[in-house]
Amino acid sequence: MDLLGKQQIWKEYQKEIADDNFFYARSCIRQTFFPGSEWAYLDILRNKLHKNVVDDPRHTTCTGIGYHSDVVPVETIMTVVARHFALMTEAGYENLTPSCITSFGIYTEILDTWEHHPEIEEKIREFLWKATQREFKKPRNLAHTSDIIYKFRNEIAAQAVRLLKDVHTGRPLRGVDHIGCHYAKMFPSKGIGGAEFPAVLSGMIEAWGGEPVDYPERRHCCGFGFRNYLVMANRGFSVANSKKKFESMQPYEPDFIVANCPGCAMFLDKWQYTISEMEGTTYGKDGYGIPVLTYEEMAALVLGYDPWEIGLQMHQVSVEPLLDKMGVSYDPDKKYCNSRGESLGKPQCPTYLKVK
Amino acid sequence: MNVAIIGAGPAGCEAAFRLAEEGIQVDLIEKENVTGGNLNNWYQLFPDRKYAGELNAILRNQLNHPQIRLHLNTEAVRMERKGKGKFAVQLSDHSLLECDALLVTTGFKLFDAQRKEEYGYGIYDNVITSVELENKFMNQQLTTSTGGVPQRIGFIHCVGSRDEKICNYHCSKLCCITAVKQAIEVREMLPEAEILCFYMDMRMFGPGYEEMYREAQEKYNIKFVRGRLSEASENQNKQIIIKAEDTLIGKPLRMTLDLMVLMVGMEASEGSKKAATQLQLKQAPNGFIQPADPHYGNNRTNEEGIFIAGCSSAPMNLTDTLADARSAATALTQWLKHNCKHENE
Amino acid sequence: MNFWGYSISEARVVNYDKNDKAFAAYLAQKAPSSKLCIGCGGCTATCTAGNLTEFNIRKLQMLVKRGENEEARKSLYKCMLCGKCLLVCPRGVDTRKMILAMSEYIHRQS
Repeated sequence: MDLLGKQQIWKEYQKEIADDNFFYARSCIRQTFFPGSEWAYLDILRNKLHKNVVDDPRHTTCTGIGYHSDVVPVETIMTVVARHFALMTEAGYENLTPSCITSFGIYTEILDTWEHHPEIEEKIREFLWKATQREFKKPRNLAHTSDIIYKFRNEIAAQAVRLLKDVHTGRPLRGVDHIGCHYAKMFPSKGIGGAEFPAVLSGMIEAWGGEPVDYPERRHCCGFGFRNYLVMANRGFSVANSKKKFESMQPYEPDFIVANCPGCAMFLDKWQYTISEMEGTTYGKDGYGIPVLTYEEMAALVLGYDPWEIGLQMHQVSVEPLLDKMGVSYDPDKKYCNSRGESLGKPQCPTYLKVK
Repeated sequence: MNVAIIGAGPAGCEAAFRLAEEGIQVDLIEKENVTGGNLNNWYQLFPDRKYAGELNAILRNQLNHPQIRLHLNTEAVRMERKGKGKFAVQLSDHSLLECDALLVTTGFKLFDAQRKEEYGYGIYDNVITSVELENKFMNQQLTTSTGGVPQRIGFIHCVGSRDEKICNYHCSKLCCITAVKQAIEVREMLPEAEILCFYMDMRMFGPGYEEMYREAQEKYNIKFVRGRLSEASENQNKQIIIKAEDTLIGKPLRMTLDLMVLMVGMEASEGSKKAATQLQLKQAPNGFIQPADPHYGNNRTNEEGIFIAGCSSAPMNLTDTLADARSAATALTQWLKHNCKHENE
Repeated sequence: MNFWGYSISEARVVNYDKNDKAFAAYLAQKAPSSKLCIGCGGCTATCTAGNLTEFNIRKLQMLVKRGENEEARKSLYKCMLCGKCLLVCPRGVDTRKMILAMSEYIHRQS
């Protein structure tokens, strides 16, 4: 594989990313499944990179899951998004940074729709005014939070406590990235590196000493697909897509997967459990799974955060094999303790998938 | 009476000779140091497997004519209409040509396969273009990037053609028959290999083409799969994994190839675009120069005294290019006789 | 119903690398004219069986060529051997021989 050829493509897919003063938009499911991710992001931005970020508690879901499942009409989601823009405008900000790929795709799509159909924008402004008496300016800069981390990847590398390397052998850790369909497939020009050879996450892996893995099914969808997952009878379709990816990446013996999208991170993590229970197959070494990180978690590990503080115990696939390789010290007894140090009890063990 | 011809590819060479034979003084301008244009990249020609070099030599030898002045390594920097029906052509060697008519034979440019990102050209080691394959034929060496003998080779039709995504609506016409010819040549070099062509339509428009396609299936055991390549990726052995639909059975299809050949299409050349801009010539939406009339004015342009021949106006095979050049010479001769009488009298 | 309420879907993609191409090789050897098919569908349009069932002779031989043997085997017996397809084929494929070669191969396998 010729890196020069990729760099040629990457040159064409660079986007403008604001430098400071971000209005943060949280993800619905990331907070539930990977609760430490968003906390880690805010902490890194504020305390490591010294950036100004507003996290407004009045911000709600973008209703993207409902929209993509045909239960929320387009006018509704546009009005909800317009309210987010209004909150941002009222706070005096113009750089919107959603944490969710679905939201990022939706904001991008809505702004593009309004660009081509100003009459729709007018209608939505009217709806918002009637419903909330709010007005808004469109964001001057829209970037996904992974774009922000990508932009400051070298600053993070400069503060790194440890790198994505096997401390015992010095070998760079092999990382598989998954950028999520709605990050660049709808608007390739809005994704760093484009849709075919994305660079947003692999760029972080590289900057932090790891080795990005380009495997045949790298661009394939994780299978989330909203209605394909939400309807139980359709889940076999959803899990089959993740399985296809695992089978394709397994020969490369990846040390970890890093995901961009809250849904993808959840599925790539939890489907490994499902597949192991249904078919007895595991994809990591010695019966373990392949650990799945969000990019905030990956950044936090590099910066020396405590793995339990950033919520890695919430992962279905044990992250300990990765932590051991990276030389992260952790207290196994504290894995299932709450913030006051009280034990929450241990979860039940899967049948096949090994956990620590 | 004199004519300046821009570009000494097959069309420019043939037209120069035909005009010279009519007693017209010709200045043939070529930016490269050799005549023949894209023909220099080809090994053998369809449908008769003639060596491209042979045809090139014939065309080149014809230029040894007292009426033809060949300017190699020379670019037409500025072309413009002067008063009294004359044209001025400023050359890169700082000389200035004055002529009664212009013939634009600026040919085509090959599609840059890197623009189809999902095919991985320039990234995956075993993805090559049809032109690079011709080069391998010249050297009679066909191996994978690691030096192995390819067991399965795929030809991908319509790369850069019939594709809105890269803004080319047009069909490049030649890639289908080129793929058939190249598949046969590969078969001759590798009797054991599995060879597949992935096509959308087989456009066998020329004499002997359909027959050659049939022979490729029957005698050379080339397999044809109807479906456009969706994306390609590389595995650990540097093989190419492709996804297409076999549209004739209605199912997605995936397979591993040792070597993938992209049949790159034709686009309007930079020279054509420059000539069109400087001389205010009408261009088709795809950038090729538009003839005054598709039937009987195919060599005339919207500008009086400016003529076109060959692939400056549309993708054409060599047979048609040479015929078009002769047709342009006839049109030019007639036009000159009619319009430049005063000089001869 | 299993514990999950769903099972992992099987891919319907033609996996050409893994498919068994022995049937295809046998067909090419016994009925070489089958290689000449250009997928025009003339045979299927006129097919007696195809007008009453899902039998599709054009698709059938394509399935064999791609190694989708099981699907081909299931549909093969529907052919009534009337020979009308032989009359219409513009490429001169000996469709009758093709069908017989396929049946022969399947009988040998079972």
